[in-house]
Amino acid sequence: MDASGLPVERSARPYLIGLGLALILTAIPFALVAANALPRFTTLVIIAVAAILQILVHFRFFLHIGLRSTPLENLAALAFAAILIAFMVGGTLWIMFDLHHRMMV
Amino acid sequence: MFGRLTIDAFPFYSAIAASGAAITVLGALSVIALITYLRAWRVVLFDWVSSLDHKKIGIMYVMLALVMLMRGFIDAAMMRSQQAIALGNEGYLPADHFDQIFTSHGTIMIFFMAMPFLSGLINHIMPQQIGARDVAFPFMNAVSLWLTAAGAGLVLISLVIGKFSTAGWSGYPPYSGAEYNPGVGVDYWLWAVLIAGVGSTMSGINFLVTILKCRAPGMHLFRMPLFTWTVFVTSILMIFAFPALTVACGLLALDRTFGMHFFTNAMGGNMMHYVNLFWLWGHPEVYILILPAFGVFSEVVATFSQKRLFGYISLVLATMAIGILSFTVWLHHFFTMGSSADVNSFFGIMTTIIAVPTGVKVFDWLLTMYRGRLIFKPPMLYTIGFLVTFVIGGLSGVLLALPPVDYVMHNTTFLVAHFHNMIIPGVLFGYLAGYMFWFPKAFGFKLNETWGTRSFWCWIVGFYLAFMPLYVLGLKGMPRRMEHYDIAAWQPHLIVAAIGAFIILLGIICLGIQLAVSIRDREQTRDLTGDPWNGRSLEWATSSPPAPYNFAILPNVQSIDAFWDMKHRGVAYQQPDRYVDIALPKNTFIPAFIGGAAFVFGFAVVWYIWWLAVLALVGITLAIIIRASDDETEFVLPAREVQTIEDARFAKLAKAPRNEMVDDPGFAGGSVLEGST
Amino acid sequence: MNEGASATIETAALPFAEARKYEEKAFGFWVYLMSDAIIFALLFATYLVMLDNTAGGPTGQQLFSLERAAGETTLLLLSSTTFGFASVALAASNRPRVLQWLVVTAALGLGFLFLEFGEFNGMIAEGAGPDRSGFLSAFFALVGTHGLHVSVGIIWILVMIGQVLAKGLTRPVASRIMRLGLFWHFLDIIWIGIFSIVYLPGLI
Repeated sequence: MDASGLPVERSARPYLIGLGLALILTAIPFALVAANALPRFTTLVIIAVAAILQILVHFRFFLHIGLRSTPLENLAALAFAAILIAFMVGGTLWIMFDLHHRMMV
Repeated sequence: MFGRLTIDAFPFYSAIAASGAAITVLGALSVIALITYLRAWRVVLFDWVSSLDHKKIGIMYVMLALVMLMRGFIDAAMMRSQQAIALGNEGYLPADHFDQIFTSHGTIMIFFMAMPFLSGLINHIMPQQIGARDVAFPFMNAVSLWLTAAGAGLVLISLVIGKFSTAGWSGYPPYSGAEYNPGVGVDYWLWAVLIAGVGSTMSGINFLVTILKCRAPGMHLFRMPLFTWTVFVTSILMIFAFPALTVACGLLALDRTFGMHFFTNAMGGNMMHYVNLFWLWGHPEVYILILPAFGVFSEVVATFSQKRLFGYISLVLATMAIGILSFTVWLHHFFTMGSSADVNSFFGIMTTIIAVPTGVKVFDWLLTMYRGRLIFKPPMLYTIGFLVTFVIGGLSGVLLALPPVDYVMHNTTFLVAHFHNMIIPGVLFGYLAGYMFWFPKAFGFKLNETWGTRSFWCWIVGFYLAFMPLYVLGLKGMPRRMEHYDIAAWQPHLIVAAIGAFIILLGIICLGIQLAVSIRDREQTRDLTGDPWNGRSLEWATSSPPAPYNFAILPNVQSIDAFWDMKHRGVAYQQPDRYVDIALPKNTFIPAFIGGAAFVFGFAVVWYIWWLAVLALVGITLAIIIRASDDETEFVLPAREVQTIEDARFAKLAKAPRNEMVDDPGFAGGSVLEGST
Repeated sequence: MNEGASATIETAALPFAEARKYEEKAFGFWVYLMSDAIIFALLFATYLVMLDNTAGGPTGQQLFSLERAAGETTLLLLSSTTFGFASVALAASNRPRVLQWLVVTAALGLGFLFLEFGEFNGMIAEGAGPDRSGFLSAFFALVGTHGLHVSVGIIWILVMIGQVLAKGLTRPVASRIMRLGLFWHFLDIIWIGIFSIVYLPGLI
């Protein structure tokens, strides 16, 4: 993603690389769940890590977000959204699970 | 065919309800009659309703806000008079009606008075302050306006067809759910809020992109006026907070309309999650309301102290701090819902911290006034009134920030006094000051100052009388939203509060008289220079009212207080040799159509008229597709027309070379026009 | 603006005001996507809060299908890739290829919706609709909102196909396709969250 809002990427390569990496990062968690081979907690951690990595793959290879090529305000908006999501979701989970614990609701 | 809409929806069951309906209908009819009498339909439709000009949109927003201020005030007056007499008796308002009144009072004042008021002031002034010609997305700007109007329309029509919600402006389930409130009231509330909320989110995006991308050359971020800085942070809050409201109200709507179980009593609902979601929005919302007002105060205090604003960087940093902290305190609205001490303490501490940046701002404003040459025009009176009164509200807030204290005061009138103590001296005084400060810019003549001063005194005296007793009552244990009560010791306070409300009514009447007198006397108070107050920022560089394009040549900014700097360098009123063609957005009725269709959609969903709801949605979709396929949305104003407009402006300037503040006893001088020919 | 089929969409040649317009639209759309991300984040939070609120009704374990989730994931991922191919064709001003890849993307998206519709229908038929429990309400709200966004995206793709046919690859059309691309890729990212938080943990 650059500042212009118009298409610049001329090569299909990033998309093919992105597809390949994404398929791998999808296959691993799906296979783990299908095989039921590892303990629950370990599986959940691997699912989470694979998801975060795949999101980064999407940012880099499909959205072409780069620290040098993407305008600062776009990166700032993304970072701000990420921080707020952490506060809002983290705060919600803390509050609601605390309430649940105290009230069994 | 008409869903659940039947003839019973009309309010013939109660005299008070029927008169409310009658007043609403008569109000609408008189507006139509007035426009017809003035033969102004052409102008209203083709110059205003279809306009994408940020200045006109701003004026329409403020008009909506002032009308809804009166509507919301009637609610307040009814509540105050009811509570003043209802000791040991039912008063004159049955409980169901009283509940609708406190609900509509809060809903109207927050969503349809304060939000449109700030959107209007920001719309008109911010682009001018940054040297831009319009906001980044003029079409979306108009859509925001008409969606807000659609929401207001739903609240107003609930007076005529059906009833309004009785669940308070925050609409907590399960009371607001389908089981306890199967009627239309809560649905009206939900869709008014959801539709207006979409408008506000879009406004936030618009203002943010405008500030980041449309500034004039040389207008670095740290040269922007403080009002624009507060708008910047406010728009970030709007973008990131309104989604929480959309989710909270959207899920409640799903519960009510489709029988889902997000917030129901049984079947796995969790009504506490609504409270969490609502206040995730609700706390940033109060900062959305106050930050632009703080911006107005910054502008007014500098202009009428005739001194540069003190502590620019600290004001900017404080604004940013308030912005980010506003997302970390929301639980203080529900300390008593039962969280553990860890959770309550964390949010309590964050709440006390958020008071600090506002304190920094207060000191900065006071230090701006210190050694200034104060001019006590109405905007400055409102500012000084704010400084004194808002601090009291802030103190009560810091008290409430402590969870154990809040356990005693939550949902008492102490809380009601606290938030009105923030909103009236803070938000409302700020916007009234902004209205009076920028009125000459928008309309080309000044507001009458005598009536402005009278309105201020009525508002501030009325405020103290109406709300200080509520602090005492809260400490004495009176809960909020009481339709009647049995404790005789409370009544004297409530009578004083009712007197306060009456004095505020006088204040509102003064505002009305001010406007009428000003229009009558407009030839005597013409603002010929565009700079009636010897202003400091770029909006004062344009004519009053500004040309459609604001600036014929985009200004080249070299300093904070850009216009003041230009005046002192002698370049403020220079005519260029050549003008250029200027592209401007074409007028279009599509935004108003979208607003109208949104209103129909909301009404249809409320009454379960499904075919109409689908039709409205299809209409909105088609309108968007049509607009999105249109590549010719601008027209070009040729340079020679720009020249004509500018020549007329400079001719007017030549007739009024003296700065208009020169005759004012406090004026310290300093305008470049003084003494020029 | 005269552009032959072989001319490319270069921003360097644009007058300053017009180039800025496309920048502003792209940035504004990105900011809108950030606000949409908050909506989805809160729907995810709601889902997690209501995970155990099954009210004696069916759980995810009983309702979800790994195969169908894998199918939906593959279709959406492929559609993101094919949209990428459409953007590449757009940068090269290759009109027939742009149309072709847009059509393929829409078809893959419709395939995704078909699977999802089938899933929802099946659940409702066996009494596991959104009105059965808080957990199911949260599931339908989260996954359904995503599906609604995909539907809007497909309508948008069809509109863009229409615009390309009617106007060709002009800059306004290209700018809209780029924003559609941001939207489409964003939806695939949300889907990563959905299968990682809803389907996979539910099926362990």
